[in-house]
Amino acid sequence: MPHKTFFAFILPSLIAMVLFIALPIVSVVVQSMHVEHGRILVSVENCQPFGGCTTETRVDTAAMAQLRAEQPMGQFNGFGTYLNRGHLAVNEIGAILANNTGLGDIVSRIYNLPFYKALSFTLVFCFVVTPLAMGLGFIIALGVNTIPKMLKGPVIFFSLLPMIITPLIGSLILYWMIQPNGIIGANLRVLFDDPTLSLRQSPVLTWLSLLFYGVWTNAPFSFVVFYAGLQTVPADTLESAMIDGASRWERIRYVVIPHLAPLATFVALVQLMDNFRVFEPIVGFSAEANATSLSWLIFNDLSGDALLFGSAGATSVITIIGVIILLTPVLIRTWREFNHKVV
Amino acid sequence: MTGSSVSQRRPLAMNIVIFGLLAIWIVLAAFPFAWTVWGSFKVEPDFFSRQNWMNAITGPFTQRQHGAPFTGDGYYGAWVTREFWRAVGNTAIVTVSVTVISLTLGTLGGYALARSGHRYAFWILIAALVFRAMPHITLVSGYLLPFFQLNVWGVLPTTIIVLVAINQPFTLWMLHSFFLSIPKDLDESAMVDGCTRFQAFRRVIIPVMWPGVVTTGLFSFLLAYNDFAVTSMLLSADNQTMVPKISSFLGSVQEQGNVMFAVAAVVSATVPLFILVLFFQRQIVSGLTAGAVKG
Repeated sequence: MPHKTFFAFILPSLIAMVLFIALPIVSVVVQSMHVEHGRILVSVENCQPFGGCTTETRVDTAAMAQLRAEQPMGQFNGFGTYLNRGHLAVNEIGAILANNTGLGDIVSRIYNLPFYKALSFTLVFCFVVTPLAMGLGFIIALGVNTIPKMLKGPVIFFSLLPMIITPLIGSLILYWMIQPNGIIGANLRVLFDDPTLSLRQSPVLTWLSLLFYGVWTNAPFSFVVFYAGLQTVPADTLESAMIDGASRWERIRYVVIPHLAPLATFVALVQLMDNFRVFEPIVGFSAEANATSLSWLIFNDLSGDALLFGSAGATSVITIIGVIILLTPVLIRTWREFNHKVV
Repeated sequence: MTGSSVSQRRPLAMNIVIFGLLAIWIVLAAFPFAWTVWGSFKVEPDFFSRQNWMNAITGPFTQRQHGAPFTGDGYYGAWVTREFWRAVGNTAIVTVSVTVISLTLGTLGGYALARSGHRYAFWILIAALVFRAMPHITLVSGYLLPFFQLNVWGVLPTTIIVLVAINQPFTLWMLHSFFLSIPKDLDESAMVDGCTRFQAFRRVIIPVMWPGVVTTGLFSFLLAYNDFAVTSMLLSADNQTMVPKISSFLGSVQEQGNVMFAVAAVVSATVPLFILVLFFQRQIVSGLTAGAVKG
């Protein structure tokens, strides 16, 4: 295809992606290097006919407005925002490492820094939910593969629901059920014979319910992919394994799993990337006191009254770097495949 | 394939385990929805019962307050009193526009990517892959400042354009791999017969591309419908779509003590998805597995 035709075809999507993805990334990087203007204060003397004069300090709104109009980005701060207490907290970490009472102390004090708190939940969510959801999905796929054809349709239909559902809505539905006056929450109290039990009372329980939500909503994707993969397992290999006396488990272990391994890598990478952006369940579960994520930090900076563009920008850049690190294996593989094709 | 000959030889205990596990999973997957739909027709003291969760099933308070075991009060409150219908209308506008525009741009671009052997086509695909993986919220802080300055913040068209752009990487990937499966000879022979590239695309490719477009369209629809990060930040309070509306609902209704409005709104927003899965289950499954089985 000639260059001209190619670009005529792709130009609209290219423009859309450059304007609304590439440029915003540049803008986010620039913003992350700036901070909000300091407040300009003026002293005003208030004189009353009888009370004498008092001096009052207030914010000079006119001067602030002018400064904002001149420099809408705020003042240049370089990497300052990245290193401050709300982000990488370099000074605080240095202080903790220099003066502490042991490993437990270091861990708990670093965890209390907002960025590291969010990062630890994000990573735990990624690396706990992904394998569990894949395992559950694989088991469901094996099960569905054996049931009569008639039942497969309905089972697949119901299995798709947790994944298709809007994440915020799905998390609300579960949240209402696990509240102390919801069906699951109330029954857990009876089950553990503890009338004060609440899944929101401690970080551990909040994390557990969020992880449960993660597995619930992620398992269907693994299930569908693995189920499709199971349809392509070569029948001859399975049969010859049976003739060689392989048990049911051995057939799964030595024939099915190796056959599905490439699929599993694909599923793992897609889900790791998707879970890295975990955000809606934290809003849905109102869990921000006990669990936050990188995406939630950005949302929080932008949704308050004071729009903290610099802070949101810095967190965004760090998040994008994280995603690229997760994506590297895929990129390397695609690159190799492409070169293979050309040569 | 593990055909019926194998399944017949399975011991009974094994069958019980398999059916048991599947039954548990189906309950886990479907019960929360059924429970919430049922509960949305009750009053708050029943659905969020402090004494006994059985109240949500029998509904004694609903019976006392309304004289019937079911009430549409939550729905009336959400749709009429709190004007949820407005959000539903906005959602319809946003999702339909996003789907149509994404597919129009995506088919053209995906076709070009599938038929071009140039190195830059590969780089565009790689860039699209990276863009696809990025959390949407990381881009939002890049939008706000320019949108405020240009005075285009808070309205539906801006949000539609942003969602189309965010959706493009995925649409391009999916349609590009779909067009790869349509033989090159098809459009090339049309061009030998005297068509231009665009005529070949219009007369030969468009008639055979519908299955891929429907599947990609479903996922574009889902992205626009399910989005919370972008819509909640880019729409003003009176232009909200359903998902940000529900989230803004929560704060206000919980203070006034009518959580049932939110429950009814949540159920209302789930119904279209339910219908979508019902009718397009096959396309959704094939779309999910398309990237996987090839990769």
